[in-house]
Amino acid sequence: MKVINIDKEKWASGVESLTSTYRLFGPVKEDDSHNFKELKKGELPDLAYGNSKLSPKSAVFPPSEAMFTYSLDEKNENHHILNDVKKDYSPRAVLGIRPCDAKAVSLVRMNFDTKEYRDPYWMDAFEATTFVGLACDNPCSTCFCTSTGCGPFSEEGLDVLLVENGNAYIAKALTAKGEKLMDAAGFKTAGDDSAIAAKKAAAEAKITASIETDKLSEKVIMDLYDAPIWDDISFSCINCCTCTYACPTCWCFDIQDENKGLSGVRMRNWDSCMTPLFTMHGSGHNPRSQKKQRVRQRFMHKLKYFLDKYQKGIMCVGCGRCVQQCPVNIDIRTVSKKMNDYVAAS
Amino acid sequence: MDAYITKIKEISERLLKDGTVEAVIGFRQGTVPTMSEPCMIKRSDDVKDLVWDSNCRINLCNYLTNRKEKLAIVAKGCDSRNIVTHIIENKIKRDQLFIIGVPCKGMNDKNTGELQDNCGTCTHRNPVIYDELVGDLVEEQTDVDKYADVKKVEALSSDEKWNFFNDLYSSCTRCHACRNACPLCYCPTCFVDESKPQWVGKADDAVDIRTYHFLRAYHCAGRCTDCGSCEAACPQNIKVRQMTKKLEKDCSELYGWEAGLTLDERPPLDTFKVDDREDFIK
Ligand code: SF4
Ligand code: SF4
Ligand code: SF4
Ligand code: SF4
Ligand code: SF4
Repeated sequence: MKVINIDKEKWASGVESLTSTYRLFGPVKEDDSHNFKELKKGELPDLAYGNSKLSPKSAVFPPSEAMFTYSLDEKNENHHILNDVKKDYSPRAVLGIRPCDAKAVSLVRMNFDTKEYRDPYWMDAFEATTFVGLACDNPCSTCFCTSTGCGPFSEEGLDVLLVENGNAYIAKALTAKGEKLMDAAGFKTAGDDSAIAAKKAAAEAKITASIETDKLSEKVIMDLYDAPIWDDISFSCINCCTCTYACPTCWCFDIQDENKGLSGVRMRNWDSCMTPLFTMHGSGHNPRSQKKQRVRQRFMHKLKYFLDKYQKGIMCVGCGRCVQQCPVNIDIRTVSKKMNDYVAAS
Repeated sequence: MDAYITKIKEISERLLKDGTVEAVIGFRQGTVPTMSEPCMIKRSDDVKDLVWDSNCRINLCNYLTNRKEKLAIVAKGCDSRNIVTHIIENKIKRDQLFIIGVPCKGMNDKNTGELQDNCGTCTHRNPVIYDELVGDLVEEQTDVDKYADVKKVEALSSDEKWNFFNDLYSSCTRCHACRNACPLCYCPTCFVDESKPQWVGKADDAVDIRTYHFLRAYHCAGRCTDCGSCEAACPQNIKVRQMTKKLEKDCSELYGWEAGLTLDERPPLDTFKVDDREDFIK
């Protein structure tokens, strides 16, 4: 680990130097909110943001992505053969990602990089990416990252952590990838990280929201599954995809063929367990045809199945997006408390 | 508002206790300052959870679709108009419902805290159908220009309109919260979710996104009450009513029709009359 001091005046020219080796992604203000976008030439990430509307997961996991192209024209020699779509996996960097969102990337990796399977699209993009994080000095009122094994200064999943310090950023280059990026930006002045501890404590103290999960691991899956809590929890849900699309840890996708005339593209698009189509079988049977089953799936996946399967905590980093954006105010903290408190009748 | 909620609780408790209804659909306290959560109260002990405030913007009629039990529902002016539409469209029966009518002074925008856009031009704040009111009727707004924004778009050239709607929907993620928050969108399978045949692509293509919005709006023509539930639900703050309102205006100008005001007449687009005007068909 290297500590580097970045004078804010040098930030813009440093970012400019990166453009020769990296494709850059960062928070950009659009209308009244920020989202992570590929930065245009000369564009700087807007680091004065609170939290982006959608999570930065799109930098490695785009909402829609072409996987293959094919021809249905039988006169064509290669008809009905899938051809890989060439992708740009040259080095890219996400600038200004929040620590919660970076931790989310490492949670998602557990799903896309397993002993049996390696998701080539996600993994190639992930491996090409350097994550430059920005510590949160002013967490939002809905942030509860300190109770999800994360925090406003968490380093998990990051290659560099930037901490704002007056006219400078204190940069902790945490990995070789991170050091390489700092070099490429020309950020070389040795720094001092002694100010970080106090800033971290101050930021953590500002987070008053929390999620209760301490008893979840000892619960029996089927007890929670059959618990009489789900009717009430799911009543208001309109089964949109707001929560899952905004969530940095939701990884589900759908595969669709889109034909135009005799040529086609096989796409993968974000999907969501909140929609009935998600589990619709070819036979027409739908094991999760009811809203209650779908809402239960979302919370059981995040708060129980994932927890039991990986033993790495819950599949939620506490970014608060779903809490803020759910049109009917279904709050994962309330649901987790109900699950955590639930005792099955013996 | 305080008087309203006291009355809502009183009526709900009575109805649950005497068995008139099996449940009451209303709102309960939210967990963030600008939100209240739709809820269903089944036990008279739980009526204490009910709230009424300026965050009760989601249209509760949405929760009535195809329900079989006897229900009470708390209904503002717009909710009541959608209930009328639901009854006409056989999505619920009038005699299943006890409508607790709320004379409304408008809901607040979830982002700005100001009066919600549609509420500013609402001309039916009082419930049009109810079994009991929770307060005196409020004065209806009369001199409002409901369609000022629609007229601006109408005045644009075709190219400008195209760009206007392109920009409008540019941040749409196709989360479908606007559709799912709308009481009118109750199709068992929406055309966008249909896979055999696949009417629209499911990727983030701008053409598919526009197709979704245009078609949804047309499916709501003559039925939309401008309740604003769709717009309030959108996490991207997209002004989706720009399209539905245009059709509301057309229905008013072409057929003299406002949705959800009477149980005695069917909406213009599901009736046929031999003397229908047709001079607008070009
Ligand atoms: S579940 Fe909600 S709070 Fe948790 S990571 Fe996802 S969006 Fe953030
Ligand atoms: S919560 Fe739902 S959408 Fe998210 S990862 Fe789990 S199954 Fe997929
Ligand atoms: S929990 Fe909220 S955001 Fe998620 S699907 Fe239900 S209504 Fe939509
Ligand atoms: S389209 Fe929007 S404004 Fe019209 S009835 Fe549906 S939710 Fe209400
Ligand atoms: S709610 Fe908003 S983002 Fe979602 S589909 Fe509708 S317009 Fe698009």
